[in-house]
Amino acid sequence: MMREAWLPLTVLLALAAAPFIGFSASYEMTLMARAMILGMAAVSLSFLVGGAGLASLGHAASVGVGAYAVAILDAHGVTDAARVVPAAIGAAAVFALLTGAIAIRTNGVHFIMITLAFGQMAFFTASSLSAYGGDDGVTLYSRTEVAGTRLLEGRLAFHFICLGALALTWAGCAMLLASRFGRVLRAARDNAERVEAVGLTPYPFRLVGYIIAGAFGGAAGFLLANATEFVSPAMLSWQRSGELLFMVILGGVGRLWGAILGALAFVLLETWLADLTPHWKMIFGPMLVIAVLVLRGGLSGLVERRHG
Amino acid sequence: MADALLRLDGLRKQFGGLAVTDGVSLDVMPGEIHAVIGPNGAGKTTLIHEITGIVAPDSGRVVFGGRDITRLSLPRRVRAGLARSFQITSVVAGFTALENVALAAQARSGTSFRFVRPAASERALNDAAMDALSEVGLAERAQVSAGALSHGEKRALELAIALATRPRLLLLDEPLAGAGPEETERLVALLTRLKSAYTILLVEHDMQAVFALADRISVLVYGRIIATGSVAAIRANPEVRAAYLGEDETC
Repeated sequence: MMREAWLPLTVLLALAAAPFIGFSASYEMTLMARAMILGMAAVSLSFLVGGAGLASLGHAASVGVGAYAVAILDAHGVTDAARVVPAAIGAAAVFALLTGAIAIRTNGVHFIMITLAFGQMAFFTASSLSAYGGDDGVTLYSRTEVAGTRLLEGRLAFHFICLGALALTWAGCAMLLASRFGRVLRAARDNAERVEAVGLTPYPFRLVGYIIAGAFGGAAGFLLANATEFVSPAMLSWQRSGELLFMVILGGVGRLWGAILGALAFVLLETWLADLTPHWKMIFGPMLVIAVLVLRGGLSGLVERRHG
Repeated sequence: MADALLRLDGLRKQFGGLAVTDGVSLDVMPGEIHAVIGPNGAGKTTLIHEITGIVAPDSGRVVFGGRDITRLSLPRRVRAGLARSFQITSVVAGFTALENVALAAQARSGTSFRFVRPAASERALNDAAMDALSEVGLAERAQVSAGALSHGEKRALELAIALATRPRLLLLDEPLAGAGPEETERLVALLTRLKSAYTILLVEHDMQAVFALADRISVLVYGRIIATGSVAAIRANPEVRAAYLGEDETC
């Protein structure tokens, strides 16, 4: 465990050190917060895709459901973290339970399509919430308060809360995959027939895994809503889900922490290219394709080969 | 006469107009190796699917240890003590041999909804897995990835997985399929060792192996059992010879 843990720990330590070694400008901190929050969502998606073999194309919906929980409570004057955080996580978990109960009955391409469909349903539902901005989205009155204080307003505090949440997500997902529960998930990913033949039914394990990933996504949504102080249906769109899936693949599907690298690389590249040219997507797209073709095992695979 | 451990009672399954299983009745007594033989297309695979719960019979019953399991799912049947191996090797290729067997041990020991402790550090599971691996002679290959094992080793690993579920009955679906002569020899020796400790229903093509291993043989032809008896009785049965063995050089 320790041998495999030092690489991700290095990444997390670098993020912890970043504000103190010259990356403390407002836009840099904003960028890092976004990368870490998307990293959380990507790690929880990697848990599903790489761990359980469930390639969801609707994971942004759980992030969005968590974010909307924050926005809706905010609109009603509820801004206490003790209530907002459980609501965001709970809402995403319930969404995962309801959609997963159906989606997990399918396999492969069907699973991808049905998670995509549920994601789009969530997207259109959010678009039709006219009381909460409809298509335009809704701006928060304020960030969530922690024990009556404005802790999340502090740039440095928010940075470390995102970092802590990211570390917890990674450690939590890694722990789950190594447990008995995770062993069943991993075995069912490779060979579901074999799992049944030792007397276990994959379905409930997959469903619980799907709910857990959704809950982590909801936690990311809570932070994302607070980071931008704005929530819109675009957060739930299938393009966002595709980006998350891309971060997972870019980082390396077999490694949970690869998703952290994937999210960082994705956010940095996107920002850098957007500065260079308004047609940045013309460059970004092919770069991503090449990255996938060239980097077998993703960025984490590359790093591991270097440091064997 | 003691009660049968597994009793098939008038199993019938029709696909379109074809009765693939046409009223099959068969008993497996505790402690015996009961072999089912039959030419291609006799309905062996469908019969196995009916016993393991993959295909539901149109009529008839599967009774295991006195309990009607006709409508139970495969995982429930396995938990009741009916372990199976597959005609085409089925292991978790990405797991080590040990983890493949530990998964089976885990399925038999408490709930698998445990989220905190690393499964690989559970001594009881690893010990049970090592015991099963030793039983099939794979102890030294425990840490090898299952995908990297030879064909014969994978077959042995499948047996170890089945043993780790602590079965009351082993249902072996052509355990020798695809094995070379040397591997076959080793596997037959292994099955001979297991014979004293387990009740086995063996579905197998290799006649020499069946004659060497089985206590009783049932002959399945076109979905019907045309004869059941000792090895000698089956070899001497003219109907069996005509229907099946006559076309086979090994007899």
